[in-house]
Amino acid sequence: MILGRLGAAWITLLVIAMVVFAGVEMMPGDACTAHLGRDAARAEVLESCRTRMGLNRPAAERFFAWAGNLAQGDLGVSMKRERPIADIVLPRLRNTLILAGAAALAGVPLAILLGFLCGLARERPFDIGVSTVALVAMTMPEFVVASLLILIFSIWLGWSTGVVTAAYDAPALTLLLATPLPAVTLALVFIAHILRMVRSSVIDTLGADFVLMARMKGVPERRIVLRHLLPNAILPSISLIGLTLAWLLSGVVIVESVFNYPGMGRLAVNAVADRDLPLVQAIALLFGLFYVLTTLASDLVAMSLNPRLRTQRG
Amino acid sequence: MSARAVLRTVLAQRSGAVGVGLVVAHVALAMAAPLLVPHDPTAQSAEMILQAPGWMHPFGTDRLGRDVLSRAMLGGRDAMLIATLATLVAMVWGTGLGLFVALVGGRLDAFAMRIVDALMSIPWVLTVMIFVAALGVGAMALIPVLGFSYGLSVVYIARAAALDFVARDFVQAAQARGERRSTILWREIMPNVRDTLAVQGAMQWSWILLGVSSLSFLGLGVAPPASDWGLMIADGRGVMQLAPWTVLWPMTMLSSLIVGVNLAADAFARALGVDRAPGVVAT
Repeated sequence: MILGRLGAAWITLLVIAMVVFAGVEMMPGDACTAHLGRDAARAEVLESCRTRMGLNRPAAERFFAWAGNLAQGDLGVSMKRERPIADIVLPRLRNTLILAGAAALAGVPLAILLGFLCGLARERPFDIGVSTVALVAMTMPEFVVASLLILIFSIWLGWSTGVVTAAYDAPALTLLLATPLPAVTLALVFIAHILRMVRSSVIDTLGADFVLMARMKGVPERRIVLRHLLPNAILPSISLIGLTLAWLLSGVVIVESVFNYPGMGRLAVNAVADRDLPLVQAIALLFGLFYVLTTLASDLVAMSLNPRLRTQRG
Repeated sequence: MSARAVLRTVLAQRSGAVGVGLVVAHVALAMAAPLLVPHDPTAQSAEMILQAPGWMHPFGTDRLGRDVLSRAMLGGRDAMLIATLATLVAMVWGTGLGLFVALVGGRLDAFAMRIVDALMSIPWVLTVMIFVAALGVGAMALIPVLGFSYGLSVVYIARAAALDFVARDFVQAAQARGERRSTILWREIMPNVRDTLAVQGAMQWSWILLGVSSLSFLGLGVAPPASDWGLMIADGRGVMQLAPWTVLWPMTMLSSLIVGVNLAADAFARALGVDRAPGVVAT
């Protein structure tokens, strides 16, 4: 069962690699025309560049060479920066993980707690207030939230700097201190989604027969909430939490650009602007890898907590 | 339930009435805005830079001395038009593929869904940026690209909705009668999933609108000097400290429209008895 899920993850990863490769392949021009710019008009320069990059070989051959190198952890060489991609990407990947990690560690427990309380207090002022805020938060794009937070917390209140000035190779602690506003921006949207999900599953569970039964037996309310409600209400949310965290990455691209945070998202924007195709490929693949790992982890957690899922085909 | 009865149920709910009201007001404003704007939205004026809201300029002016009220009134037009067309693209191909693989099933279904899954794992912003880098900025590039990438989640939802019906007796009966696949899809399955898809379409529209605004903000969407909320916010960010009205008004406009669409879609979902799919984070 778990083996099947792992196999599926590998296949997804292979498909992502093929799709990314094909997508870049379909674009007009190639890495050499993008890199050389106007010099590409001179045929012999273009030709020598293509020979150097191995772009003259058939696409299928290049794909397998690329994928083979990837499997050995070799991401290739950036065209624009003329350095191994791994050297460029890894420090920024670390920075993005610091940011996303801070957002997730603070946001997920908070979202579950708030969703749970809202479910218990359904239709009372607390629930209506929190749910309304969540709905608004869900519907605000990251760039609006980010600008609003900068306006309120760094301009009006003067609590923190608006944009991050740390370099990409700054120590982790420096970056962590720079994360509050970007992390809150990132967390707000997924908190709202998880909160709504947990709330509705609490409400569903409250109406279940076993809760009624427990009440009739005279089980103390505290015990009902902790033993009967909590596990059953959180289980269905686990895979959504995984998906939401995976979607965090789309937010990362925008949030990092807005706050000038030196992570993968901003690197992606720059790589696309520079048309540094090998770098774009590597970044897209890493994003895909992150997605696969997160959804895989959440499925495995859900399976380990919920025996019913283990019998289904996944 | 007739269309009129559905509408009555929606409007009877307070949140539904507010949502529909906001959407109608926004659409009406967007259509009538060119006739109503008090100033030329692109007219710059060196003397009128960053004026606070006042009689001449009720919403103030931006860093080029342009009237924020006029620009805010016009700022949704391009984004709404692009979002509408891109939603059509997303709904048509997403529904088509989703219903088709649900009906055919088997290997084709597994294969198609594996690819859709892989495509969904790449953040949409990145997909769009790659294509924009290749095709250039502009509505003509944005519509197919956004339609494609947002259509992926429609495939999921259409397929899931259709799977509830493909094993039912009326579909089996149609297959036994030897009906063509296209007929089965259109006559037997489509009427059953129509409501789910309609609600989904409204949500897609709001997500795509957010997507267009985000892209404009990043400089990849609507091109300056056009009036666009995303562009206005990007433009006003540098002078936010001196002139918060340059960002607050476009934010208010954009958020009120999106909140309106969400409230209305929720209310329609309840009135039609459809489960609103658990949200797919859009931006």
